[in-house]
Amino acid sequence: MNIVVLVKQVPDTATERKLDPADSTVDRAASDGVINELDEYAIEEALLLKEKHGGEVTILSAGPDQATDSIRKALSMGADKAVHLNDAALHGSDALQTAYALAQALGTVEYDLVILGSESTDARTGVVGAALAEYLGLPQLTLANKVDIDGTSVRIQRQTDEGYDVVEATLPAVVSVVEKINEPRYPSFKLIMAAKKKPVAKLGAADAGIDTARVGLANATTEVVDFAAAPPRAAGTVVKDEGNGGVQIADYLAAKKFL
Amino acid sequence: MDFTLTEEHEALRALAAEFVDREITPNVAGWDRVERVPRELVPRLGELGFMGLTIDEADGGSGGDHLAYSLVMEELGRGDSSVRGLVSVSLGLVAKSVAAHGTPAQRERWLPGLCSGALLGCFGLTEPDTGSDAASLALRADPDGGDYLLSGSKMFITNGTWADVVLLFARTGGPGPKGITAFLVPADAPGLERTEIRGKLGLRGQPTAQLFFDEVRVGADAVLGQEGGGFSIAMSALDKGRVSVAAGSVGAARGALESALAHAGQRTQFGRPIAGFQLVQDMLADMAVETDAARLLVWRAADLVDRGLPFATEASMAKLFATETAVRAANNAMQVFGGYGYIDEYPPGKYLRDARVTTLYEGTSQIQKLIIGRALTGVSAFS
Ligand SMILES: Cc1cc2nc3c(=O)[nH]c(=O)nc-3n(C[C@H](O)[C@H](O)[C@H](O)COP(=O)(O)OP(=O)(O)OC[C@H]3O[C@@H](n4cnc5c(N)ncnc54)[C@H](O)[C@@H]3O)c2cc1C
Ligand SMILES: Cc1cc2nc3c(=O)[nH]c(=O)nc-3n(C[C@H](O)[C@H](O)[C@H](O)COP(=O)(O)OP(=O)(O)OC[C@H]3O[C@@H](n4cnc5c(N)ncnc54)[C@H](O)[C@@H]3O)c2cc1C
Repeated sequence: MNIVVLVKQVPDTATERKLDPADSTVDRAASDGVINELDEYAIEEALLLKEKHGGEVTILSAGPDQATDSIRKALSMGADKAVHLNDAALHGSDALQTAYALAQALGTVEYDLVILGSESTDARTGVVGAALAEYLGLPQLTLANKVDIDGTSVRIQRQTDEGYDVVEATLPAVVSVVEKINEPRYPSFKLIMAAKKKPVAKLGAADAGIDTARVGLANATTEVVDFAAAPPRAAGTVVKDEGNGGVQIADYLAAKKFL
Repeated sequence: MDFTLTEEHEALRALAAEFVDREITPNVAGWDRVERVPRELVPRLGELGFMGLTIDEADGGSGGDHLAYSLVMEELGRGDSSVRGLVSVSLGLVAKSVAAHGTPAQRERWLPGLCSGALLGCFGLTEPDTGSDAASLALRADPDGGDYLLSGSKMFITNGTWADVVLLFARTGGPGPKGITAFLVPADAPGLERTEIRGKLGLRGQPTAQLFFDEVRVGADAVLGQEGGGFSIAMSALDKGRVSVAAGSVGAARGALESALAHAGQRTQFGRPIAGFQLVQDMLADMAVETDAARLLVWRAADLVDRGLPFATEASMAKLFATETAVRAANNAMQVFGGYGYIDEYPPGKYLRDARVTTLYEGTSQIQKLIIGRALTGVSAFS
């Protein structure tokens, strides 16, 4: 069972995140890069599957030089090797282009399963997994909160607002995960030391067979027309209890789908 | 000279920091109130590799150097000194001594467990009547047909009631340091009683015990190092141990500073954040400068250890300055917090109570000055 986990480096959500006014892309220099939180769950799930079924876990990350830090972190959680797709031509690629580039890079790796987080904390499009599966011509099993592998097929529980659907596909397949799926592990000191020696293949666009006319800001299929700072938080709703306060609160929570 | 950490050191520091932020900090006040950190933390720390730093992988350790160890101690000290102390003692004083002086059989018996956190060690030097003057200790180890019978008591033993093994210092010969031998005593040996010492000002989460030995029988294979070589084993353990306490104190000082900074930025008096008052900045600046200075002393000492150079005086300097810094920083943090610092919902009080013991144990501040003074003048003020 060889698994590829897609890992994206994103600006730390704990810091102030900015867009670059020049080209409306994320200003990656403005804050520390960390592994996209949901990708840590994807890594954990891959490691758990590897512990059960054997095989290798490969990290695939597309990103600039500093993404190396996140790749090392993923390796120090226990992944075996990594592929780092890094090319200036990819700068500003939108979700579709990124999915295309990742699909091309996956052509350099052998795998039975691709796992990724269901969305990233910076762009939040949540479409890369689906687009990637389309490019690869593979089944997509999205929003998994449980993954089981049985010989040649994979079965997941897809989380829904009401409960879950059980979805199954034959391997190879693309699975995206939600945070309910597991509790990501920490690296350990031994794994940190070992991570240094694990192979990281560096790919440029040409190495992955990426047509540079199809990627990058200039060729993007979507365009950021404008952006503005989020408005300051509005004052909360005050519920006055005139005998029906409890009901009002319950209605409010139900409307927000908390109940 | 380059103070940048290597990628591995930085990753280790980040790991320890993340562990502290996620699993220690949210529980600190609660553990302090019930006067106990969970025992399960020990194997958890072992899993992360923190109980086996600097010990060879061949012995079950996780490898790494003393800078790595110091970085982890700083983060744990920032989180909870009770947790940091468990590691300082079991790894820093006990496992390291077994690794340095143990026979292959002793290493095999104790090190894999100590490094994984399956076992915990304690360090039995202090007695009710001998603290600073440890070379006068009285607990007897009398030869008895190839074995030894241990009789006497030990005081203030960190990890005492939890430990699986006691690194014990006992008198096998005449008075003074040359009459002392080190033993590795299984904590379940018949005749060994342990009672918890209650009512500590700080470090409430970790167990501190009094140990009573009533003709506890151990074989000659329990002797660590040479008969009569115990005092130098104790002193070399404490020399390195001081780096660990110092590193933990840097963390505590930093934690106090960080909490004070956050509070000063949020608290408004006289129409503006108190962070803007010069007298408050005076306290914050002192805390920041002393914390950084203490860290540099720790890193220097760790670097000397790692390069195999003499480090005892530098370790004493680091321990003296870092522990006194932690006390001052925590006291300043309490001042910045105003009345809120005085209640245990906020961090300064615990930092202050925990820091207070660090200028007392592993050699009081006065004893550190005597060690430094002896090195400077060539004259020992001890005797
Ligand atoms: C929470 C806690 C945990 C501990 N854990 C351990 C442990 O795990 N193992 C262990 O063996 N011990 C442990 N100790 C004991 C600790 O190391 C001793 O308390 C310390 O060595 C001081 O000894 P004492 O308390 O007997 O004080 P004393 O030695 O009686 O000192 C009292 C005062 O006299 C001063 N003084 C003493 N001699 C001189 C001198 N020659 N010149 C100038 N001033 C002097 C001291 O500096 C101090 O201010 C622990 C103590 C505490 C409180
Ligand atoms: C146990 C206890 C009992 C108490 N009992 C009473 C009581 O009986 N009745 C009562 O009314 N109150 C009582 N208090 C409240 C006490 O008087 C206040 O805590 C005290 O006035 C400090 O105010 P604060 O805690 O809001 O700190 P803050 O005013 O927020 O001060 C925080 C820090 O900012 C500094 N600071 C503030 N302004 C300036 C400035 N302009 N320039 C420089 N530094 C500044 C302060 O010196 C302090 O270091 C009690 C408090 C405690 C802890």
